[in-house]
Amino acid sequence: MSLYSEKVMDHFRHPRNVGVIEDADGVGEVGNAKCGDIMKMYIKVENGILTDVKFETFGCGSAIASSSMATEMIKGKPISEALQLTNKAVTEALDGLPAHKLHCSVLAEEAVQAAVLDYYKKNNIPYDEAQFKCALCAHEHDHDGENV
Amino acid sequence: MFVYADHAATTKLRESAARVYAETAAAYYGNPSSLHTVGQKAQEKLTECRERIADLLGADAREIYFTSGGSESDNQAILSAASFGARKGKKKLISTAIEHHAVLHTLNKLQKEGFEVVLLPVGENGIVSPADVENAIDENTALVSVMLANNEIGTIQPVEEIGEICRRRGVLFHTDAVQAVGHIPVDVKKIGCDYLALSAHKFGGPKGVGALYVRRGAPLSPLIEGGAQERGKRAGTEDLPAIAAMTEALRASIADMGATDALLRKLQDKLIDGLSKIPHSILNGDRVRRLPGNTSFCFEGIEGESLLLLLDDKGVCASSGSACTSGSLDPSHVLLAIGRVHDVAHGSLRITLGEENTEADVDYLLQVIPEVVAYLRGMSPVWRDLQTGKRQFIL
Repeated sequence: MSLYSEKVMDHFRHPRNVGVIEDADGVGEVGNAKCGDIMKMYIKVENGILTDVKFETFGCGSAIASSSMATEMIKGKPISEALQLTNKAVTEALDGLPAHKLHCSVLAEEAVQAAVLDYYKKNNIPYDEAQFKCALCAHEHDHDGENV
Repeated sequence: MFVYADHAATTKLRESAARVYAETAAAYYGNPSSLHTVGQKAQEKLTECRERIADLLGADAREIYFTSGGSESDNQAILSAASFGARKGKKKLISTAIEHHAVLHTLNKLQKEGFEVVLLPVGENGIVSPADVENAIDENTALVSVMLANNEIGTIQPVEEIGEICRRRGVLFHTDAVQAVGHIPVDVKKIGCDYLALSAHKFGGPKGVGALYVRRGAPLSPLIEGGAQERGKRAGTEDLPAIAAMTEALRASIADMGATDALLRKLQDKLIDGLSKIPHSILNGDRVRRLPGNTSFCFEGIEGESLLLLLDDKGVCASSGSACTSGSLDPSHVLLAIGRVHDVAHGSLRITLGEENTEADVDYLLQVIPEVVAYLRGMSPVWRDLQTGKRQFIL
C-alpha cells in the first residue's frame, strides 16, 4: 500500500519495543478508544536515563509506527532529551505521514510526556508544568495533528 | 496466496464484458446522435443495450437512463423527486441511517436548502422497519429512499413492502440497488419503485457507467445540461463501449446467479461460522437476510486499518469501517446505526466474496484473520485492560 512511506510500513510490520514493563518507573496512556487510538508508554529510569522503553498501541498503522519510532528515539536518552521529542521529529523520522494521520505522531509525543510525568509524580520530583502542556491538559486531540 | 475479498468495493471486469467493450469501441465508434450511417449504427447498438438492460430488470426500455454510475443515479433520482415535491409544497424526504453517502450527502445538501430530512433508524440486524416508513410518511412527504442492500453489512431491506406502502400513500420511492443488482434477483415492477440506481462495476462491468431506472411518469430533471441524449435528461455523448460491456456483465451475472449464489452462500456460512469462533467478535447485520457475498465482523480490542494492512501483507484484500480507513473522526455510520459503540466499530472487517473465490480462499481467510486479530490484540492496551478486568468487554 502506498498510503504510507517505507519507513512507516517497516515500523508497522516490525514494531520496535512492543510490550509491557511490569516494574515500570513511569506509565503514560493517551488517546481514547472512541477516537480509535490509544497509546501506552512504559519507561524504566536510571540516573535520569531512559534505560528501557516499551509501548502498547490500539490504533491504525501510523499509530503503531509512530509509537515504535518514538520509543527508538528516546530509548537510552536522558529524560531531558526525551521531553524535547516533538511530533514533527517523529513524523520526519518516519519520512512523513499523510495529513490526516499526523495526530498519530502527536499522540506519540504525548505518550512520552505522560510516562515521564507519571515517573516524576511517583517519585515526587518537582517539574516545570510548562514542559507537560500536552500530558497535563488531557485534552481531546483532534485529527489534524493540532492541539486543541 | 492471494485472495481478493473486496467485491463490494469493486469487481474485476468480466472477460466477456471486456471483449464486448473492445469490440464495441472498435466497431461502433460513431456518435449515436449523428445522422449518418456510422452514427445510426451506434444508435441502434445503444437502443439494443437499453432494451436488454430493461428486460433484465423487468422495466420498459423508455425507463432506462444511462449515467456515469451509482452516485450520479442516486443524485439525479433524489434531486428530481425533491424539486418536483417542492413545487407542490412537499418538502419532506424520508430515508434510513444506513444509506450510502451518495444518498446521505445529497439529502444533507437538500436539508441545508430547506427540506426536512428524516433518517429512519434500523434494528440491530441492520434492517429498516416498513412500519417506521409508513409512520413517517405524511402529506408533506416528497420521497422515500431506501437502499435495496447495504454496502457495508450486506443486509437486504424490505423494499417490496416499502414500495407497496409508498404506492398506497402516493409517495415517490427510490431504491439504491447498487450492491444488489447482478447479485440477487431485482425486478422493478415487483419492488414497485419509481427510481432504481445501479452501477456496472459492482457486477463485473466497467467503472464509470451505470443506469437509473425511472418509472414512466415519475419526475426526472437533468443534472447535466447540454445535448438531447437520454431523452434530454442526461447530456453528453454516450459511452457506448462501457454501456455495452455493462449490458453483457449484467446478462452474464443474472445467467450465473443461481450457481454463484449457491457457492457464495456456502462460503459465507463457513466464513461466518469460522470467524464467530474468534472470542469477543460479532457478526454485523442479519445472519440470513444479507447479500450472499458479504461477511462483516467486529473484533473487540483492535483497530481495523492495522488489520487491513496486515491482511494485505498476507495477500488478502478486504475492507473496514474504522475511522482511520474513512479519513474521518467517526467509524462507519452503518456500524454506529446498528448499535456498535465507537470502540467496537473501529475494529470492523468486511469480507465480500465473488464468484471466482473458492473454498480454499475461505480456508486461508480462516487461517490468517484469527492470527492477525490475535497479534494485534497482543499489542493492544485496550485488550490488556479487557483481559485484566480494568475495562468491561462489550462483545
